[in-house]
Amino acid sequence: MALTPLNDRMITGEQSYATIDQSISSMIIDQKRHNRPWWIMFAIGIMGTGLLGMAITWLVYQGVGVWGNNVPTAWAFDIVNFVWWIGIGHAGTLISAILLLLRQPWRNSINRFAEAMTIFAVMCAGMFPLLHTGRPWVAIYWLFPYPNIMALWPQFRSPLMWDVFAVSTYFTVSLLFWYLGLIPDFATLRDQSKNKVAKVILAIACLGWRGSNQHWHRYEQAYLILAGLSTPLVLSVHSIVSFDFASSIVPGWNVTVFPPYFVAGAVFAGFAMVLTFAIPLRKLYKLEHLITMRHIDWMAKITLATGLIVAYGYTLEMFYAWYSGNPNEWDMTLLRRLNGPYSWAYYSLLICNIVAPQAFWVPKFRQNLWVVMIVCQFVSVGMWLERFVIIPMSLTANYLPSANRMYYPTFWDFAMFAGTIGFFLTLMSLFIRFMPVINIFEVKDLLYKMLGHHDAQIAETPVEMPEPALGRSL
Amino acid sequence: MSHHETTRTKGTYALVAEFGSAQDLLNAAEKTGEEGYRKVDAYSPFPVHGLSDALRFHDVRVPWLIICAGLCGGFFGFTLQWYTATIDYPLNVGGKPFNSLPSFFPVTFECTILFSALTALLSVFILNGLPKPYHSIFNTPGFERASKDRFFLAIETQDPKFDSEETRKFMESLGAVAVSEVEE
Repeated sequence: MALTPLNDRMITGEQSYATIDQSISSMIIDQKRHNRPWWIMFAIGIMGTGLLGMAITWLVYQGVGVWGNNVPTAWAFDIVNFVWWIGIGHAGTLISAILLLLRQPWRNSINRFAEAMTIFAVMCAGMFPLLHTGRPWVAIYWLFPYPNIMALWPQFRSPLMWDVFAVSTYFTVSLLFWYLGLIPDFATLRDQSKNKVAKVILAIACLGWRGSNQHWHRYEQAYLILAGLSTPLVLSVHSIVSFDFASSIVPGWNVTVFPPYFVAGAVFAGFAMVLTFAIPLRKLYKLEHLITMRHIDWMAKITLATGLIVAYGYTLEMFYAWYSGNPNEWDMTLLRRLNGPYSWAYYSLLICNIVAPQAFWVPKFRQNLWVVMIVCQFVSVGMWLERFVIIPMSLTANYLPSANRMYYPTFWDFAMFAGTIGFFLTLMSLFIRFMPVINIFEVKDLLYKMLGHHDAQIAETPVEMPEPALGRSL
Repeated sequence: MSHHETTRTKGTYALVAEFGSAQDLLNAAEKTGEEGYRKVDAYSPFPVHGLSDALRFHDVRVPWLIICAGLCGGFFGFTLQWYTATIDYPLNVGGKPFNSLPSFFPVTFECTILFSALTALLSVFILNGLPKPYHSIFNTPGFERASKDRFFLAIETQDPKFDSEETRKFMESLGAVAVSEVEE
């Protein structure tokens, strides 16, 4: 294969500010653009949401006994799903905040729906621990510090309390960050909408934004600082989630490598999910000029890189099990994973998370959307299995062999998990239909920068942006 | 739209020039700044770097407000844990000291971030005077394109250097697509 220099073509086709507007905002203004695939996605989502409603109702009516959780496996599917969903959310913050700080302008085309994904994923995640308390309506005084008549305070020495603060802060900050970025786009839509009701709703949502330089000036200051705040925040969230395990003495949990390894795993799963949505989205709504093959290529590379960090984490887990000299640790982390009753999960996890992403070393595979989609599905399954291997499996065999007990999920465990996937799909489909899926003004800004700040040429007629050169870099 | 240019009529908000590109707007803004106009503002569909410098607009209140709020948040987060764990509800957990500093770090950190982020959003809203459903600039003909692909520069009648004739002449020399007088 010939070596071709890579370029940074992040927008292709005949483009001007008006065409960018047209391709993104018409998804909201021209509702006819949403046809059968959208309805299929929405219908699946609604069915899943119905299942979720049923699973929650039955759970609340009967109690957590409907799940397979039982001592010693007190944490099972609920916590696996919580960690999995939180992890998926992390790619959104990484794309919107960390790539902004690193001055990676290719984030501009993908940050909006990655952020939406973050918010929806955290909503799905939050349900699990809340319902795991059994009586979520009284959980408020277990979880949040407020002066109450029982003179009780939460226990701040517990990582579970840190979790409450980390996840709720993460959700709030992600929402603020998302909304702040949406305001100028709502203004754009307000100015283009022909429908009276839509115009009023958008006018309220954009707060009367008028694109004044003074507005932009303060907006950019705040946006950059929010990115700076979100960066340590996103690292802290999954680190704190991993403290739930790492700070305990359960064999298989008590590993110091957990925080960085969990964060890398989160980004790994999150990018796989972003790709899973980006590829059909660009195809169905003809956004190939804005989400180019170059974007897919970069995201695949990040998936590969974080996958390798995860592989390093697996190696270190084994090393620590041996180096700690703790026979129970060795028994759980090595013997039971390789040759125990759940070894199928561990081997599948190795195939999904370590073997499958290696395809991304090959440039041809990174450019084949089918390969990318399939590898991403492997990664999503693999990251779920990773949490399954770590969480319930470690609890089935502890220091006291008489307490060992297998874990079997029930129908309601699966129903609730499938239900959250449906809920996520519902929210994503509503988002695609009623909100700008790509940040309109940031893509215009990108076009302005790509033209070397000489945008007078596109004032009247669109200009042809060259296709990206793909291949191996020099 | 009235076109009486002889006197500064009371109902006029500003003279607004429309440009086809950010490049033209930036050039015009630089000339406007050099000319000495200060009650000016530019309107663009995306942030154009260099406009603030050109229009002599400096404001660093947002970052300062955020850092103050962050420090308050950190102080609040730590004090909350220290007060509840040592004074109001001291509980011996595994022989750990009541004031368990390392365990209190995560919540202190999260509170710092939460307060800063809320302040970041609020300071943008408050300092920008949002929400503001009506503003005189919306009376500019074709202003709905300010969020799409047109760029506007407004010199307000409040500017001490404003003179309806001189200013109009000056704005017409900037290479604008159109110059219009905008009512309040």
